Amino acid sequence: MATESHKARTGAECVIEGIERAGVKTVFGLPGGAVLDIFARLYHAPFEFILSRHEQGATHMADGYARATGKVGCCIVTSGPGATNTVTGLATANMDGIPLVCITGQVPLNMIGNDAFQEADTVGITRAVTKHNFLVRNVDDLPRIMAEAFHIASTGKPGPVVIDVPKDIQRASTKVPPPKAVCLRGYKPVLDGHPKQIARLAEAINRSQRPIFYVGGGVIAGDASAELTALARKAMIPVTTTLMGLGAFPETDPLSLRMLGMHGSVAANMAVSHCDLLVSIGARFDDRVTGKISEFAPRAIKAHIDIDPSAIDKSVQTDIPVVGHVKRVLRCLLEMVEPRQRTEWLDQVSKWRDKHPFTYNRKTSDMLPQYVIEQVYEISGGNAIIVTDVGQHQMWAAHFYKYTKPRTFLSSGGLGTMGFGLPAAIGAQAARRDALVVVLAGDGSIQMNFQEMVVAVEHRLPVKVVILNNGYLGMVRQWQEMFYKREYSMSRLGLTHRTPVEHISPPPGHTYLPDFVKLAEAHGALGLRVTEKKDAPKTLRKALETDGPVVVDCVVKSDENVYPMVPPGASLMEMVQSMA
Amino acid sequence: MMKHVITAIVENQPGVLARIVGLISGRGFNIETLNVAPTQDPTISRLTIKVPGDDRVLEQVTKQLNKLVDVIKVSDLTQKNYLNRELILVEVAAPSSKRSEIIELANLFDAKVVSVQRNSLTIQMVGEQENIDDFLALLKPFQILDVSRSGVIAVARGEQAGGRS
Repeated sequence: MATESHKARTGAECVIEGIERAGVKTVFGLPGGAVLDIFARLYHAPFEFILSRHEQGATHMADGYARATGKVGCCIVTSGPGATNTVTGLATANMDGIPLVCITGQVPLNMIGNDAFQEADTVGITRAVTKHNFLVRNVDDLPRIMAEAFHIASTGKPGPVVIDVPKDIQRASTKVPPPKAVCLRGYKPVLDGHPKQIARLAEAINRSQRPIFYVGGGVIAGDASAELTALARKAMIPVTTTLMGLGAFPETDPLSLRMLGMHGSVAANMAVSHCDLLVSIGARFDDRVTGKISEFAPRAIKAHIDIDPSAIDKSVQTDIPVVGHVKRVLRCLLEMVEPRQRTEWLDQVSKWRDKHPFTYNRKTSDMLPQYVIEQVYEISGGNAIIVTDVGQHQMWAAHFYKYTKPRTFLSSGGLGTMGFGLPAAIGAQAARRDALVVVLAGDGSIQMNFQEMVVAVEHRLPVKVVILNNGYLGMVRQWQEMFYKREYSMSRLGLTHRTPVEHISPPPGHTYLPDFVKLAEAHGALGLRVTEKKDAPKTLRKALETDGPVVVDCVVKSDENVYPMVPPGASLMEMVQSMA
Repeated sequence: MMKHVITAIVENQPGVLARIVGLISGRGFNIETLNVAPTQDPTISRLTIKVPGDDRVLEQVTKQLNKLVDVIKVSDLTQKNYLNRELILVEVAAPSSKRSEIIELANLFDAKVVSVQRNSLTIQMVGEQENIDDFLALLKPFQILDVSRSGVIAVARGEQAGGRS
């Protein structure tokens, strides 16, 4: 394979070459002993490098970069603890189908298996949380592996790929050129849907009286929002999205029923329960979406468009499966479906929607978390990229901010990774310097990766962090209130009302622990605090208009719950609207 | 529970077996037998796995296996016309008074005595798993001292030649 004319490069140079050829503009990571040869080559690399403070942060940054752009995110870390620290980030990307390439250093080949310093079985550990991984055993394979990794990460259902590069491979030299094309006999994603199945689906849509589109992150990954919107409007089909699908269809459109599922809208859950045709488009019937499987869309013909054949019939048996790239399938459908009015169905759906919008107590003088998010929506004009952590605030971010464009709501949907928000926002902002990037976080989540704040400050990445500080692991508290006899075991983060078994009284001399304003300042960012509802608009406006990273500690009412809620295991019809 | 015989054509590379076994065991299935060896193309191996589980779950496992980058093709042979064979070596207690009876039994099953010890016989048998199970059941009263089973290997009948029946 080696052409005599191709120049010799070290393994480390092949890594840089592979990243450059993939068109990555910004790479994230943290060096260490086993990866120093690659870092040495970064000195004159043709891309920007952002130094995280923790490898988990680096993976979430690369993930945020990927979610905000659709391009492959990339990070480089060292062996052993560097690699094991990426596991949560890789699992997060794997569950949500986010394209990442993570390069890990490894001890030299002859040391592998000897319990060498900073050795971990990286391919063994990451096998279950990646789409694929490689251990490079021969430097001649490295140019090919680099190309294959980016190909695998970005095609089919996207996902993270790890390349584990032993130190001696980084230093070895090869003349093998990068491949002209990637050819993997075991990996050939199906792109075009089966014409017969597409025709069946088109006919089912044309015949249907009460159809609904149930849309997931696949529409965003597949860049098919325009096709989806055109199809829904042509055939007048209401659209509900999953958390991962937010932004795939404009939530300001009259056909939008907004999010469905455990914390979905009444209209979406009612429509799913009463439809006669449910078309799942790039969604995977997650348990947080379906509730009790046997009562999910019980009267409907179920169709499922997905690029991943293993998603079909995984939890819900479908009548019309279409395996293919969502953009191509929707384009075919667009030609085959007939324009419709569906007045009766749409009337019914809008009645549900108008009667039961997402709501909260707007009259109270207490500062509610939902109010803060609505203010962020107003002030940003709905034009921010919202990045969330995981918990109550994440659901409120889905309810009280309306998403009209893909890649404007970035959230860890599948794995539910607290600590995702800030680093992912940094990655998103690095890719989209012009955008207003706002992190909506909880006081629990934000503490899980706050160290990355310095990265935002150093790189002039003006992310705005809005902490909805209720002094609790709020979603845990809500479940304890609803399903665990109001025993708030270990969910309290505030100074008072701690669980008896903790044996602690409020430490003297503190009002806030941590003091997020001081924490922000210690990291070089502007810190603001708001405790009164009346001050919120002004403070939030100041935060969003400040030219630089800002943290706003919003001290909100502590015991607010997310409603509606479908209790776990119940059917979507059994929505709880409030605590009795 | 239904026993499934799954064969997979995979890249003959380090780590592939771990990936497949990890995927199956990670979902809580117990692999009953597993066999792997290179094919006529040395870059490709064929794997035969016998795993108990209901049809729907195994269909999902098959799809997940197909998704692996190093897996070229997977088929669940259970519903197909296929050939299966297993090889066993069994050592059975054989005092002189029982010896001829055991040899007679082995002959009935086309099994072969491959080693004779003072008080035992070692017998080799190749056959369909059902026959092997029957043979071992009949040997049991004589006291089986040791047994090594290769696990099942299987191929679909005539699939490569396009002569599927």
